[in-house]
This record gives sequence, structure tokens and C-alpha cells, in this order.
Amino acid sequence: MKRIISALLLTCGAITFANAAEPAAPASGEAVYKRWCTHCHSAGRGNPGTESLQVKYGGKLPAVLLDRTDLSAQAVATFVRTGVLSMPPFRKTEVTDAELKAVAAYVAQKYAKP
Amino acid sequence: MATPPNVSSADFNRAIAAWKQTVGADWVFTAPEDVALYRDAYSPYWGEPEERVASGAVAPSTVEQVQAVVRTANQYKIPLYAISTGRNLAYGGSAPVYSGSVVLDLKRMNRVLEVNERNAYALVEPGVNYFDLYEHITKAGLDVWIDPPDPGWGSVIGNALDGGGGWTASPFRDHFGAHCGMEVVLANGEIVRTGMGALPNSKSWQHNRWGFGPWVDGLFRQGNYGVVTKMGFHLMPRPECMQTLTVRAPRDEDLIPLVDTLNLVENQHVVNGSTSLGGGQPGAGGPAGPAGWSVTMPIYGPEKVVRAQAEYVKEKFAKIAGSTFTEGELIRTPLDAAALARVRKTSFGIPDLSTFGLLGRNAANPSPPGGHVDFSPILPRTGEAVLEFMRLYREKLPELSENGALRILGPVFMTNWDRTMVALLMFPIGRDPQMNGRMRNAFRKWVELCAERGWGEYRAPAVFQDDVAKVYSYNNHALRRFRETIKDAVDPNGILSPGRYGVWPKHLRKS
Repeated sequence: MKRIISALLLTCGAITFANAAEPAAPASGEAVYKRWCTHCHSAGRGNPGTESLQVKYGGKLPAVLLDRTDLSAQAVATFVRTGVLSMPPFRKTEVTDAELKAVAAYVAQKYAKP
Repeated sequence: MATPPNVSSADFNRAIAAWKQTVGADWVFTAPEDVALYRDAYSPYWGEPEERVASGAVAPSTVEQVQAVVRTANQYKIPLYAISTGRNLAYGGSAPVYSGSVVLDLKRMNRVLEVNERNAYALVEPGVNYFDLYEHITKAGLDVWIDPPDPGWGSVIGNALDGGGGWTASPFRDHFGAHCGMEVVLANGEIVRTGMGALPNSKSWQHNRWGFGPWVDGLFRQGNYGVVTKMGFHLMPRPECMQTLTVRAPRDEDLIPLVDTLNLVENQHVVNGSTSLGGGQPGAGGPAGPAGWSVTMPIYGPEKVVRAQAEYVKEKFAKIAGSTFTEGELIRTPLDAAALARVRKTSFGIPDLSTFGLLGRNAANPSPPGGHVDFSPILPRTGEAVLEFMRLYREKLPELSENGALRILGPVFMTNWDRTMVALLMFPIGRDPQMNGRMRNAFRKWVELCAERGWGEYRAPAVFQDDVAKVYSYNNHALRRFRETIKDAVDPNGILSPGRYGVWPKHLRKS
């Protein structure tokens, strides 16, 4: 995912300009997770994904996604591309196929096959 | 592979080949599983023949690519539907208004082009969302705030163009009102820069929004006359603190002076935060009696000034007999960790998605259908209008909510904008066509009921935009006809977002 962060901080410290377009390079699984998943699936107040999973499982499974041990990479990838309830699917302009593979592996890092 | 209406397979294939040349094969989507990602996840017609679906998608990353894509569409008369980040959920998401359109997905145009702290503005591309802009500003250490709406993943440009608003101070939370200058690709592929941006080498494109001559930016708000590829926004210098004041009044008749006083202190710019009106809910209050009404009023600014403004506000509301006045905590910025943990982030310029928790699965609603659509009529900012809306609501609710079976949420009287309020109702939407059909009927009935009383929506889900546009009918739909005249002039082939907000090109107009 191309992303332009501050490219030029002028001496006055007051203005930033963007670079020219960066070459496309897939982000790491962790970076994709931070960009797209943390806003709903982190621990604590104000995380609708966590709240939803807490209600769904009632504590039988962890509500925070990264604490789950039952989610395979395939399952994660399916949820990203199909959505569930109020979570919409993510398009390839948001999460490319390469990034999907990376983020699915990242979320499934604790996956223990039954 | 689906084909756009009235376009031959051969022409569509030629256009796809041209688009692949323009943006790269990876960024043209025609496979059903890829195109399905553009469905509106909260569509009130999900899975039904009337669901608005795309026939493909093309995703340019530069303005030059947008120009080329649009020219190709014009050559083959293929309808495009432009989206910024495609997160206009509850109002249509990333799906086109006109089924079979090719989505022009601008998400890859994701550059924050400039943030200027000294004059407090930003210039961004359509794919930049609120999280992006916040992160850019934070990493650069700039002392300016953005104004986030509820969906932090929404496009800064897209939200403004759809008429969205946020939660910090006026005038920044009217997102279109806070914009300053835009760059637009017209249907013929030509680039226009508005306001001061029309001056080559302009030094004040994001400083002065008016420029010289007739101002045209409004044509692109909820419009389909061009594709906006850059837009400037004024930002708020970080305020020293924020304090919320609350006034409660026990009786329905108190509502009228309560709202009048609220209007006075807002229109004087003494209160500049996003106020809210509470109360009046059926059954509220419990055994102690009616809960009455309340207004909450955040004030942003230097601490000395905020304290003086709070005193003034207290004096003004003291004239309402029986009212009580409460000063909330004065919260200084930048927020420390403890404050960050207890405040509503969006009120402090920090984007999040917490509102989706209220509407998704939660302890109070463990089995929601999934999505929702918003009904957003604009009311004048008077207590009489609130009471009239509540009377209508109580009278019609049993019929229109099927005695509560539809679980319509609201009304929430949103006083985000000066002089008006939105009486927001939220309609749950899921995957059950029968239930969705009942929601649609109720939604359309509310459009009619409000129009009969002179209340019109400021925004509507894509599938209801014709219904809403229809009630703006003064002088035999003169405004709609004027918009159509412009549409025919600037987009004679009708390729740009046909039907968006009720404006259709000539060949698709219904009699």
C-alpha cells in the first residue's frame, strides 16, 4: 500500500509536503493490521470489533483478535474479503492480495490447529 | 463478466484494455469476486434485483490517469461512479447509484500533499482518510487539529463532498464549508482548479476560497459534474482547552427558551463546540417523572477565555426558571494518557470508529442485522420544531416501526450545524429481503411525512436519493431541471456518476 508520510519538514517546522508517488510495495502483516484492523479490534473502550466479539463469545474466546488461537489465516482472509455484520469487506485498493496474505498470517500467528 | 447498460461487449473490452494500459492490469477489476467487493455492505436491496451493483472498477493513482480513464469512458459512453475511499456506509458505501456503472476507485490517490501549520490548512487527495491525515500531522509534530466525523476511515474529501460533519469546533466541523479550493477533472478530461487555484502559480489556493468570478465549488458537492482529485481544508490550530457545559430544564415548554438561548450563544460564537440536545424520549425519566431536556455545549479556546465564556453562558441560561447548570471538567490539550482514555476522541480531533459499536453487535443489541441506513431530515433550530417532530414521531411510530418490530433507532437531535438540526433516525439493514423491504417502506414514508412539514434530508442513501430529490420540487422541480441543464452541458454523454443525488443525464431521465 502506497502511503506518503511527511516528506519535507521546512526549517520553520510548519509545513509538510508529499513526495512523488512511491513505488508500490506490499506492507508487512503488522503494518497492514495497524492500518486497517486496530481501530476496531484493539483492547479497551471504543473498539467495536472487540465489543462485538465479547458479546458473541461471552468470554469463551478472546475478544481481542490478536489473542485468538483458533483463527486460521484462511479464516482471517475470508473475513477481510467478505465482511461480517457491520464490518464491510475490504477492497483490493485497500488491502492488496499480497497484503491480505501478510495480514492473515500475522493475525493467525497464534493459530493452533485443532 | 458483467457489461454496463447499453454498452457492447466489444466496446467494454476495448475500454478495459485502454484502462489497463493507463493504470496497469492489476488495478482494473472485472472478475466477479473483485467487483463484489464494491457492493454496498449496508444495501437495503442486498441480494435483490434492485441492488445497485457495479460492472467493474478501475483505480487510477494520479490525476493524469484519472483524465485518461475519463476520456476512455467518454469514448465508449461507459458510466463511471467515482468513490474516494468507498466508506460512505449508511449512505451507499462504494456501490454506484446507477447499476452497471464502472466504479472509479480513487483510494490509491492517497497523498497528503501539504499541511501548513502557519496558515492552518491541508491539501489532500481523495484516497486520504482521517486516520491518514491525523497520522501525517502527528508524525510531523504540527500543532493543528483535523475535524473527524464518526467514521475515521472515511475520505476527507469524500466526506466533505457528501455533506458530512465532525465533532470539534465551528466552522471546521462543516466539512464542505471548511474546504478551500479544489481540483476537478471534468467529463471531457480537462482539469479545472477552483477559487484562487485558477491563477497559475497561485500563492493562496488554500487561503481564499472565493477567487474571482462565479464560485463553482458547490456544483461538486453531492454533484456529478466532475471528479474531484484534490481539495484544500482549513484546520483548527490546537485549542488550549475544552470545557463542556450542560443545562437541564424539566418541562417541555422549557425547550423553546432552551434552544433559543443555545442558538444565541452559538450564533454569538461564544459556544463553538458541537452541541447536543437530549431528552424528550418516550418513557425517559422513570419514576421521578419526565427527564426533561438538556443541552451540552463544548467550548474550545484559551483557558482564560473559555472560563469567561462559560460564565457568560451560565448567565444567559439562568433566565430559564428551574434550569440547572453544570460545568464539566476543563480538559487541557495536548491530552495526557489519562484524559485520552476517558474523552470522546473525535471531540479532540482524533479519528476513531467507536460509533460503529453503538450500531453493531453490543450488549444492548446482541443480534443486530448487520448494517443500517440513516434518515437525516434538517429541521430549523427551534424548540417548536423539536416538539412538532416528537409529536409526529409518537403519532406515527406505532405504524411505521410496526410497533417497535423494526427497531428504528432515534430520533437523535443533532445540533452539529448552526441554525439547524438533524432529527436522525437509523434504520437497521441486514440480509433478509423481507425485513429490508419493510425498512424501505418505512424510510420512504418518513421522507414524505417530513416533506409535508417542510423538512428535507441533507443527504440520503444512494437507493433513496431519487425519493429525496423528488420532494425538493418548488416551482415544478425548477432546481432539478437547472441541475439537469448543467449536467447536459458539462457531461453530454452522461458518464459521470449518473443519478447521484437525483441528477440523471438526458438519456436516463424518467419522464
